[in-house]
Amino acid sequence: MSLEQDSPSVIVASKSPVLEAKGISVVYGNRKVLDVPSLQVMPDKVLAIIGPNGSGKTTLSLCLSLLLKPTTGHIEYQGHTVPDGASILQMRRRFAVVFQEPLLLNTSVWDNVTMGLHLRGFKRQEIKKRAEHWLERFGIASFSKRNSRTLSGGEAQRASLARAFVLQPEVLFLDEPFAALDTPTRQSLFGDMINILQETQCTTVLVTHDRNEAQTLAHRVAVILNGSIVQMGSPKEIFSSPATEDIARFVGMDNMLEGIVISNNDCVADIDVKGYIVQGVSTCQVGGTVNVAIRPEDITLLLSKPSSSARNVFPGKITATIPSGPLVRITLDCGGFSLTALITRMSADDLKLGIGMTVYASFKVTAIHVIAVK
Amino acid sequence: MELILEGIKQAFLLLIHGDPNVIQVTILSLIVSGIATIISLLIGIPFGSMLGLTKFPGRRVLISLINTGMGSPPVVVGLIVFIFLWRNGGPLGFLHILYTPVAMGIAQIIISLPIVTGFTMATIQQLDPKLRLQILALGASRTQMVWLLLKEARLPLLAAVMAGFGAVISEVGASQMVGGNIVGRTEILTTGIVGTVSTGDFAFGIALSVILMVLIYIVNVILTSIQQRGKTR
Repeated sequence: MSLEQDSPSVIVASKSPVLEAKGISVVYGNRKVLDVPSLQVMPDKVLAIIGPNGSGKTTLSLCLSLLLKPTTGHIEYQGHTVPDGASILQMRRRFAVVFQEPLLLNTSVWDNVTMGLHLRGFKRQEIKKRAEHWLERFGIASFSKRNSRTLSGGEAQRASLARAFVLQPEVLFLDEPFAALDTPTRQSLFGDMINILQETQCTTVLVTHDRNEAQTLAHRVAVILNGSIVQMGSPKEIFSSPATEDIARFVGMDNMLEGIVISNNDCVADIDVKGYIVQGVSTCQVGGTVNVAIRPEDITLLLSKPSSSARNVFPGKITATIPSGPLVRITLDCGGFSLTALITRMSADDLKLGIGMTVYASFKVTAIHVIAVK
Repeated sequence: MELILEGIKQAFLLLIHGDPNVIQVTILSLIVSGIATIISLLIGIPFGSMLGLTKFPGRRVLISLINTGMGSPPVVVGLIVFIFLWRNGGPLGFLHILYTPVAMGIAQIIISLPIVTGFTMATIQQLDPKLRLQILALGASRTQMVWLLLKEARLPLLAAVMAGFGAVISEVGASQMVGGNIVGRTEILTTGIVGTVSTGDFAFGIALSVILMVLIYIVNVILTSIQQRGKTR
């Protein structure tokens, strides 16, 4: 299930950003952990900030949610610079943040969920109305009187999300809210979040290192590596056309083969990879050094050479088989380079794959992404 | 042995008959130590919270001073307070409060304040730092955040109350020095017990000891029951 995908250019043309980071950096000691010249959060859309652990995505989220003052630069809210001092509290009260850990206080679920409303001075009737709605929506109404310490991880995170949604925030920040949950709980809560975000159209900043979450929930994705945003675009752009080798690796293109473009006819390039010719869609010029990126799941393994006209077929000897849940990662030595394929466990059993066997790896011309080496 | 048994017997007679001296000493002890503890809490909890939540130049020096204060001998505190309040040349001698319950209260505040401050600071620092961010993210002002953190740490903070009250109700050196153990005016449970050694009135001393132990026990039972109720809820 996927949210509606909008072109970023359409969004920018039709609406102004709710939040905008301008030239922000965060320095700890003499180490710069964040350096973002510009970032826009568009209204009613989900922006995913993705990156590996320690890349600075949470620091960026804290700056945007006004919980961390950047060392340089500033945040603009609806075109106005967010001031320092007491008025920052009023700005912060327009947002809600959900962290990876539920961080509930040692009191009842009801008290936790209504806490933000009490802090904002809402009337009792409004508090009751909102809290009952969101407790029900997140399926935790039956234990609203229970102490938060008695909740399971999934229940606690539901309470944490309800606590954020009761505030009806103008911007919702989700900082890896599913990361600490077990798989069934995560899937259940994730499914609910897809529906809730679709219903509410809440402007959301989702921080995650999970590519699936970003692909499913986000309208736009910002990739952050070593404190800098290295690519920004629609999920399709980010996950099918990563701008650099590092981004390609992060978005799951585990096979990275360096080669030289030896010919290019109508954007189908022949690339010499250690004496083997790999064909792929590319606009790269002849003679240019490139990296050929291929997702493991786009590689098909066959016991015999296919009779079809598949352009990229390479024999290889299996050097490793690593089970990964219902899938198996198969590593092949193809002579000059190695390839990793991801196939189902059932397929691996059917093919009776084992270390030392020779198989044929096949992938489509359109399955590869060619990145020019600068 | 006979002396001890006779002392215990006399002590229970004093307690059963509600000896006016015993009652007066007990009430004065509770008033002085109670007020000293309350004032220490009023100052120590905000001060400890500030030390636990903020960073500023000289903070480490301040913390090490507080840690030293937590273990400072009451007799040293008593000597310092005595010198300050000494009527013949002490900087605060003009107040004429030496040998009064007020002087004893001041000494007891100085004893319990570092304990309450130190416990509060440690308690606040033990809370998950992300909890502060979460509370701020919920829209709390700085004051509201501190209040919510203290509420969250209410159970460990009871340890600060226990330790603060326990330290002052049972100290003798400072109160003896600045109070003078004047019968009917500044005699409290601990100084009264010490006084019995010189007078030989062991029955009175044992009676006061029983009361002191019972008082400490009652206070700790109440606080522990609150603490355990919170943990098992």
